Amino acid sequence: MMRIHCPHCGERPENEFHCGGQSHIQRPPIDCTDAVWAEYLFNRDNPRGDHAERWHHSHGCGRWFNVLRDTLTHEVRAVYAMTEPRPVVAR
Amino acid sequence: MRTHYSAWNLFKSSLARQPDWAPAWRDADPKPRYDVIVIGGGGHGLATAYYLAKNHGITNVAVLEAGWLGGGNTGRNTTIVRSNYLYPESARLYDFSVKLYEGLSRELNFNIMFSQRGIVTLAHTRHDLDSHSRWANAMRFNGIDADTLGVDELKQLAPRLNFAADARFPILGGFIQRRAGPARHDAVAWGYARGASALGVDIVQNCPVTGFITQRDAVVGVRTPRGEIRADKVAMAVAGHSTVLADLAGFRLPVTSYALQAMVSEPIKPVLDTVVLSPAVGAYWSQSDKGEVVIGGALDHFPSYAQRGSYALTQQVLAATLEMWPSFSRLRLLRQWAGIVDVVQDSSPIIGATPVPGLFINCGWGTGGFKAIPVGGWTLAHLLATGRNHELAEPFQLERFTTGRLIDEAAAAGIAH
Repeated sequence: MMRIHCPHCGERPENEFHCGGQSHIQRPPIDCTDAVWAEYLFNRDNPRGDHAERWHHSHGCGRWFNVLRDTLTHEVRAVYAMTEPRPVVAR
Repeated sequence: MRTHYSAWNLFKSSLARQPDWAPAWRDADPKPRYDVIVIGGGGHGLATAYYLAKNHGITNVAVLEAGWLGGGNTGRNTTIVRSNYLYPESARLYDFSVKLYEGLSRELNFNIMFSQRGIVTLAHTRHDLDSHSRWANAMRFNGIDADTLGVDELKQLAPRLNFAADARFPILGGFIQRRAGPARHDAVAWGYARGASALGVDIVQNCPVTGFITQRDAVVGVRTPRGEIRADKVAMAVAGHSTVLADLAGFRLPVTSYALQAMVSEPIKPVLDTVVLSPAVGAYWSQSDKGEVVIGGALDHFPSYAQRGSYALTQQVLAATLEMWPSFSRLRLLRQWAGIVDVVQDSSPIIGATPVPGLFINCGWGTGGFKAIPVGGWTLAHLLATGRNHELAEPFQLERFTTGRLIDEAAAAGIAH
């Protein structure tokens, strides 16, 4: 089972958490084109490798935070606050 | 060499210990140029190549497979074929596929062992009963067989289910599509490969695509470790890895990859002769011809390319299994695995052109691509050969995410997306 480090509760098993999908998505202005709106609503990065995503400690403290995770190995490479930019983690 | 499978040929060849059977397909080396390249040697890719050759006479075709034939999702699914969808567009698409499956063993001269033993969807609450009535009625309006079932009929169909009055998920009813059922997944891949190969298609294994060759922004070929291969048109049917190739080609897809789990028990005597699905517990069950209880699970709800699935979900699916089938508690598991599936927000596929000229796509089948192999191949071959969308595929274009004309099958997708 994947273990994720909640910034508030420490390392906990994955089934206490809920993954909220890709992080750092900016909402475009409301008068944008349909194509830009579709990109915002539907298109996702979906890399085979490091992925910046939001996680929620839903069966714990309730905090939202960011995780940089390898989607192939499930290695958690960084945990950082919702407002922080994606960190650069060397291989 | 013998190529046709029949009782007579089996008998004739048995007189000399079966020495003269031809290999089922040619393991080809890539040529420098083709009319069409199909990326992905799973069911959808092989079916595309077969129908290109069979329906349209286009035989200068290569299927490029990164690993071995049928070794991805085609060999990892739980083999259920059904068309119990909600909306007319999906009903037409999936039922066309069921009908092709019904004739496929004869069409391919390869026994795909399609067993129409029915799929039962269980209702555990009053609300399930209401939504199942709507679902079954929608199917009938679309011309697809569906019957609602009472508890007594369910007890006849699957007596080992947990019908206890104090069960955590009491069974109040359900509905059945009787024409649904499992087929042998390897046979589907092998049958299409054999059929395509006999018509002249090159099936190239161990040939991953590492890049696209473009000319004036159009795709005119692919790069592989076995050299550059050019083609007039390139199609991709690489479920699970669709965005990896889209990234290489430079366009975006509304697809996220998730691991879908399945497992099988040790083989036992017949205990279950239909397929049972409980959307509430997120699992479904059937028994293979070998006797293994086949358990299909839910998705790990985080993006994944690891073809194994998480322990947390294994535990959840097995807990659900024991709750619904108390007598399975002493079964031992033989194997557990996962396939990487393309999940699209409206749980419907994408079959059509991409924003890149010369490049076409079949993806987004979510947790249910196996059932759609014949129609996925049929419609993509039509587009590649004629330059026009097949009418069945017309509603399933990439543009629907911009126009908002989604076909939201989340409720009927079987396993929740």
